[in-house]
Amino acid sequence: MKLMWFHLMPYTELPDDFKQKHPSVWVDIHSSLFDPKRAHHMYNDFMDEMEFAAEVGFDAVCCNEHHSNGYGLMPSPNLIASALARRTTDTAICVMGNSLALYNPPTRVAEEFAMIDCISGGRLIAGFPVGSPMDTCYAYGQNPSMLRERYLEAHDLVMRAWTEKETFAFNGRFNQQRYVNIWPRPIQNHPPVWVPGGGSVETWRWCAEMDYVYCYLSYYGYKTGLGVMKGFWEEMDKLGKDRNPFRAGFLQFVGVAESRSEALERYAEAAEYFYGRCLHIDPKFAQPPGYVTEATQRVGLQSQVVKAASYQEKFKKRPTSMQEIVDDGYVIIGSPKDVEEQLREVAVNMNVGNLMMLLQYGNMSKELTKYNTKLFAEQVMPKLKPLFSEWEHKWWPKPMQRSARAELPSFSPRVEAAE
Amino acid sequence: MSEPTTTTIDINGHPCRVWTKGSGPKIGWLAGFGGLPRWTPFLDELAKTRTVIAPSLPGHPGATGHNLLDSHLDWIVAARQIIVKSGLEGEDIAGSSVGGSFVAEFAALWPHKVKRVALIAPWGLFDEKDPATDVWAQRPDDQPGVLCADPQIWKDFKAVPAGANSVEWPIEQIRASEAAARVFWPLGNTKIEKRLPLILAPTLLLWGEQDRVMPRSYADTMARLIEGKTTIKTIPGAGHLADLDQPAATARAILEFMS
Amino acid sequence: MKLMWFHLMPYTELPDDFREKHPSVWVDIHSTLFDPKRAHHMYNDFMDELEFAADCGFDAVCVNEHHSNGYGLMPSPNLIASALARRTTDTALCVMGNSLALYNPPTRVAEEFAMIDCISGGRLIAGFPVGTPMDTCYAYGTNPSMLREKYMEAHDLVMRAWTEKETFAFNGRFNQQRYVNIWPRPVQEPHPPVWIPGGGSVETWAWCAKMDYVYAYLSYYGYKAGLKTMQGFWGEMEKLGKDRNPYRAGFLQFVGVAPTRSEAMERYAEAAEYFYGRCLHVDLKYASPPGYNTEATQRVGLESQVRAAAEAAADPSKGKDALAAQGTTGSTTGTRFNMVAKTMEDIVDRGYVIVGSPKDVEEQLREVAVNMNVGHLMLLLQYGNMSKDLAKYNTKMFADHVAPKLRPLFAEWEDKWWPKPMEKAKRAELPAFAPSVQAAE
Repeated sequence: MKLMWFHLMPYTELPDDFKQKHPSVWVDIHSSLFDPKRAHHMYNDFMDEMEFAAEVGFDAVCCNEHHSNGYGLMPSPNLIASALARRTTDTAICVMGNSLALYNPPTRVAEEFAMIDCISGGRLIAGFPVGSPMDTCYAYGQNPSMLRERYLEAHDLVMRAWTEKETFAFNGRFNQQRYVNIWPRPIQNHPPVWVPGGGSVETWRWCAEMDYVYCYLSYYGYKTGLGVMKGFWEEMDKLGKDRNPFRAGFLQFVGVAESRSEALERYAEAAEYFYGRCLHIDPKFAQPPGYVTEATQRVGLQSQVVKAASYQEKFKKRPTSMQEIVDDGYVIIGSPKDVEEQLREVAVNMNVGNLMMLLQYGNMSKELTKYNTKLFAEQVMPKLKPLFSEWEHKWWPKPMQRSARAELPSFSPRVEAAE
Repeated sequence: MSEPTTTTIDINGHPCRVWTKGSGPKIGWLAGFGGLPRWTPFLDELAKTRTVIAPSLPGHPGATGHNLLDSHLDWIVAARQIIVKSGLEGEDIAGSSVGGSFVAEFAALWPHKVKRVALIAPWGLFDEKDPATDVWAQRPDDQPGVLCADPQIWKDFKAVPAGANSVEWPIEQIRASEAAARVFWPLGNTKIEKRLPLILAPTLLLWGEQDRVMPRSYADTMARLIEGKTTIKTIPGAGHLADLDQPAATARAILEFMS
Repeated sequence: MKLMWFHLMPYTELPDDFREKHPSVWVDIHSTLFDPKRAHHMYNDFMDELEFAADCGFDAVCVNEHHSNGYGLMPSPNLIASALARRTTDTALCVMGNSLALYNPPTRVAEEFAMIDCISGGRLIAGFPVGTPMDTCYAYGTNPSMLREKYMEAHDLVMRAWTEKETFAFNGRFNQQRYVNIWPRPVQEPHPPVWIPGGGSVETWAWCAKMDYVYAYLSYYGYKAGLKTMQGFWGEMEKLGKDRNPYRAGFLQFVGVAPTRSEAMERYAEAAEYFYGRCLHVDLKYASPPGYNTEATQRVGLESQVRAAAEAAADPSKGKDALAAQGTTGSTTGTRFNMVAKTMEDIVDRGYVIVGSPKDVEEQLREVAVNMNVGHLMLLLQYGNMSKDLAKYNTKMFADHVAPKLRPLFAEWEDKWWPKPMEKAKRAELPAFAPSVQAAE
């Protein structure tokens, strides 16, 4: 199976009384909380951590897009991916992803992903999320009633821009361009497309039809996710698709230490910071009308599973103490053996071949992150890797042969240049 | 309160409900944010002396087809078809909030096809110094009090009636909000100020004294821009949807103006 | 003065018969000419070159934005700048720049530039070009009649997003957003220095003066053609009561250094002829979308044409010069491209590329800088199909033998428009990077 290292890039210094004093971590979080000089260190720490993960052998490093968000400092994950392409050599680069309706014209997504694919020699996974209501409708002011139509149209434009050989005119409802002809073009025929989504049947069907990977990125762990993934596989069965576990991706928070009690102690602060402060979102930004399709609303009014996957549900009061966080399965912690066993269960029960691991979260320090990452890489990863080896991964990047790729020069910061 | 008669017109291949009740000279009604999930006491007040004709806008209760409309021009053309097909050309027309905006657009673009116009806190303007409230970013408990002076009135207006489909009803209410968003997201600014000077009809501008959505200053801006004779009147005890909060007073103001 | 190293990132393998077989290097250049596996090497070579320039001590590395363009492979210069931020330590990063009207909503520009400024510890120069007709109106389909208004509005939105402390609603003609509140925000206070690459329009000059932005004249036609523009710029500054601080201005110049002039001619001929011959081969039909030039600019252009024609009629020898000068100051990028010289001899004669021994180049650049009164020289030391070896040679020769002589120029002036990064001691230490050889297949 594929073990992927995911970074959300949270601002790590939200104040202790953040929940009491501030209404929301997203959309209208106050600018006075952001210190750019501290953020300089956060960004560089985070990128160090991702490069470290690549070095210790994770299959991919992942980043994603958020706007006006105190727990996601990547309005452009592409900037991070591009930098990683020049400081990693073989690791897949998973951009999870670009919210298509936020790029107008969407040609830009086709271009930027093509650039990253070219620079990295074909290591890109192209994620296409619709984007959360907070990102799309509030921070970016997109019309919720047109968001999905725009997303789908943008998807069509990007795919045509990647694959058509002649300059073409695109005559869409929302985008009209007379000359679409991107330079550069991707190395991979087109990069594998992964779609992070909630629990909507339409999305599952669309992924099956288009042969895309479906990812369920929840912060609430496998206990909540199990129902959604069950629904996904039942739908695949109905559509006559095989149960190739690499069709699916799942996000999981993890903390490894020598023992379970040590893990509880080490990761409590970071986990409580994340679930306490980072997920403190004003519910007034939860439900722009039209964001949820009527079909999904209809199912949601009847199905707990779909309801659990909706944004609305994310605003429910959630536990924020370490004990509950672990009990509810949001974060899997323990000794390497504990973690291995639990993740194996997650992967097998959900039938998920692409595990995206959050090994940094909240205000976790670089030191602890590297410890967590290294311990996972050395003692958990080797045990889990052989899982699902009977299946072919048809949705993984196909880079140029290593010997045909450019050799990256080594880099050492010039110490003599100090002021 | 007896029920109105229901007829259906076709707008872009979608059914659109038209409610009619009363006798006397016609008066058209385009409802405000949320549309008309049910008949209202305000309309009964009007129906005492007038033939009330209340068509639904696309996506509002009684009508679908909002998601065919991509541009403001699409919406204005649909509103015109609705007004013409429901027999309101050349008549008195009133509208509130979302509906009020379309009444104003119609009166501006086809100035000789309306008699008199009454607008209750119509949408379409945005002033950075005195911003309109974001009705789509309200905590669930706050929304009723933003729209009506008496939150209970909004809750009752939107409550599932006995015997209604408990799945479809709430979806219809969200759809109405979406339809409004499709036109007005994110600021409510349709640049209507460019067209207001084309309105020639005598125009009544009504504002709920406790309107928490559209600032009262917008009434002055509109009165200044509209070419026809304008009258501004505020309704005590009413919020943004004045016709829901104060049916009798609101109806009286309109009927007096249009007598 | 500041010596900056600029990369256009041209596709280096356009065929020899490109001009004959293909109508345009831009907009509808054919996809079959693009080999992504070759482009992989080009990108990495180019970034190696930019990093090498930083290593050699250039004050800044510069990148820019083009779309559907065979000589500019950076639809997002921000991706390159971000990667450079993690492989350079002290060099300024000049993104020259983001065509504002091509980002909708333009919030994205404020965000991405803030990210680069954060990652680099405050080393960003933020360039805001309108963008060429080919990029904006054709490749991106933006309405030429609204382009400049959209650009100006986007500029206002970006500046407010960088500087306002409260979440605000933006109620523009083209952009409406209820909650503008970017995270991250830039390191530099109140914002990164803004540089405006522009043609020779009085409106742009006046605007740069008013906003206290650097005006950069980025032409491919060298100092001979640029002189008049820069004189116009300084004349306007004087009128507006601004000082003659040379750091108010930037200028682009192609350069080729070798031990001798004849060797330089030989070494750089292929690359220069590739650039001026193939890279600037743009179909004229994409040159002049209506509305791209303001009516004021059209008026000035037509008046000078009439004047040149009158001079030509009165004195045929003088008129020839006037018309030649016009050949490099045509009304838009595309029209200029079509009048360009294409042989090395002409290219050098017209001053597009300055070649010679270090001493030749130093003297000529000194003349350029002094005559034009330009404190920021953006140097193209890679162009056309120049190999990485030759680009590095050119860069090193320049850094070792030319730069030290030029740097003291304008020492009496303060560069108020240069990035102000965090103190080095307070910046993050970048870990060394070594490609893991053991991971070979």
